Amino acid sequence: MTADTGGTRSRRGAGGSRPRRLDRGISWPAILLFLLPALAIYAGLVLYPIVQSTRYSLYDWNGLEPLTDFVGVDNFRRAFSDARFRAAIRHNGYIIVLSLLLQIPFALGLAALLNVKLPGRRLLRTLFFAPYVLSEVVAGVVWRQILRPNGLLDQGLSAVGAEGLSREWLADPDIVLYSLFVIISWKYFGFHMILLLAGLQQIPKEIGEAALIDGATSWQKFRHVTLPLLGPTLRVSVFLSIIGALQLFDLVWVTTKGGPIGASSTMATHLYEQFRRGLFGYASAVSIVIFGLCLVVALAYQRAVMRRDLRGTGLVG
Amino acid sequence: MGSRRILTGLGLYVVAIAVLAMVLIPLSFSILGGFRTNMQLIESPVGLPNPWVFEHYKDIATDARFWRQVRNSVVIALLTTAVVLPAASLAAYVIARYRFRGREAVYGLFTVGLLFPVAVAIVPLYITLRQVGLLNNPLGVALPQAAFGLPVAIIVMRPFFRAIPKEMQDAASIDGAGPFRLYWSVMLPLSRPVLGTIAVITVVMSWNAFFLPLLVLTDVDQHTLPIGVNNISAQYSTDYARVLAYTTLAMVPALVFYALAERQIVSGLTAGAVKD
Repeated sequence: MTADTGGTRSRRGAGGSRPRRLDRGISWPAILLFLLPALAIYAGLVLYPIVQSTRYSLYDWNGLEPLTDFVGVDNFRRAFSDARFRAAIRHNGYIIVLSLLLQIPFALGLAALLNVKLPGRRLLRTLFFAPYVLSEVVAGVVWRQILRPNGLLDQGLSAVGAEGLSREWLADPDIVLYSLFVIISWKYFGFHMILLLAGLQQIPKEIGEAALIDGATSWQKFRHVTLPLLGPTLRVSVFLSIIGALQLFDLVWVTTKGGPIGASSTMATHLYEQFRRGLFGYASAVSIVIFGLCLVVALAYQRAVMRRDLRGTGLVG
Repeated sequence: MGSRRILTGLGLYVVAIAVLAMVLIPLSFSILGGFRTNMQLIESPVGLPNPWVFEHYKDIATDARFWRQVRNSVVIALLTTAVVLPAASLAAYVIARYRFRGREAVYGLFTVGLLFPVAVAIVPLYITLRQVGLLNNPLGVALPQAAFGLPVAIIVMRPFFRAIPKEMQDAASIDGAGPFRLYWSVMLPLSRPVLGTIAVITVVMSWNAFFLPLLVLTDVDQHTLPIGVNNISAQYSTDYARVLAYTTLAMVPALVFYALAERQIVSGLTAGAVKD
């Protein structure tokens, strides 16, 4: 234990991430004791249920009788041929696309804005982040009141003489998803903004200044200097946005319960409905599909991050 | 040049104020809405209430059901934190400071958990909780929440433990302290900031949770605040003022908590995301 003091101290400067030499002076029973509480809870309540979900998904089961009615992949076949589940997947997809096209650029723009030395920007930062701290339930209920027929939004529109723009914001199947997207953006843009702002602040000012001195316009500087350097943070933001959209439940359940006529259902609301109907096997299959999609996104993300690391070595791109 | 800069500055403020209005209007609508009558909400939902109506807030503040939900939410948040902090810090400490076979694999196993929402495990969780008799029990929510909260906690704690200078550990080891003494009397006192951050974000997550409590706590006496808000909203859907007052009272604790612990909340919620 005292033998391993030499050599490695000089590496302290290397980004801080490299650990100095680690201790070996610990016995196996001690290691296991340290890990035991976390591993036991995690294995019992995260890993084991995921494995069990896979098992249940192969049975026709109502959760009460013994698990005997093995049906193979029937539940999955049923899920993918179920128009309602397919619609739910599509809705998750729309939310993802809208988030990436609108919400993240919006958050990025605001992050760039707050990166300028603006008096009062600390206060703005605090207030923009506030909706993220509230629960989706609270956000959903308040917005439901704003968007209800003749609610705050409609009243506001007619106050400025634009009552012609009024819609059934949460009851029109063609509009409800967009309304939900607005609520989602309201709650989450501050989170992405803070994330991207932290990324922006890590970029040395000198690099941008050098570009400006070389005659680049502000836009060119943003496009060719800031954006590439912001890549890693932006990817995290995109990744979290996708994962969040894939598991969307609370907000939808509180505002529309997936309606009207299923126009705002998500995979998770579909899952919950099947669960409530006692279709435990089928519900498990749906949860495995969500699991699979999250896994695919995670792997794609890993690849993207690894590519970035490799690029640093000059081996690719 | 100077005037152009002023114009740009002005433009930035216009954008910032527009966004600020977007953020604040729903919040103030909810807070002020609780002070209006339904009639006022239908006829003039904008501006200050005229006259101010205190009856909704007073009703809820004297409603035993509301306080029971507050208590249930508090109990579950504290239980979750009481499980996450020791479990995560023990594991993160040994992973951060010691070399042993399978260390990276164990860490990897925990990080995968970051990706999966409670939804993917919901059916077996329900079955398991039913078997062990934890449905309609605060622990039935707190334990799974803690389990799903471990990955973030371990990921945030590991670099913190790792950054503690080795000299501190060496000094204590020379005095004959084993790993547990080191953990308890060297590491934990030094890691108060990170423990605070994890505690704060665990409480926030638990306070806001809806899906799991909805499944596990079907008994009215066990309901948490988010469930209560949802029920009020569904049950009194035309009693607008009452719904807004209830919702406001449910969000005030979160906002106060945010005002008090902004730094921990912001850094905790974003750090878990950035450190991969």
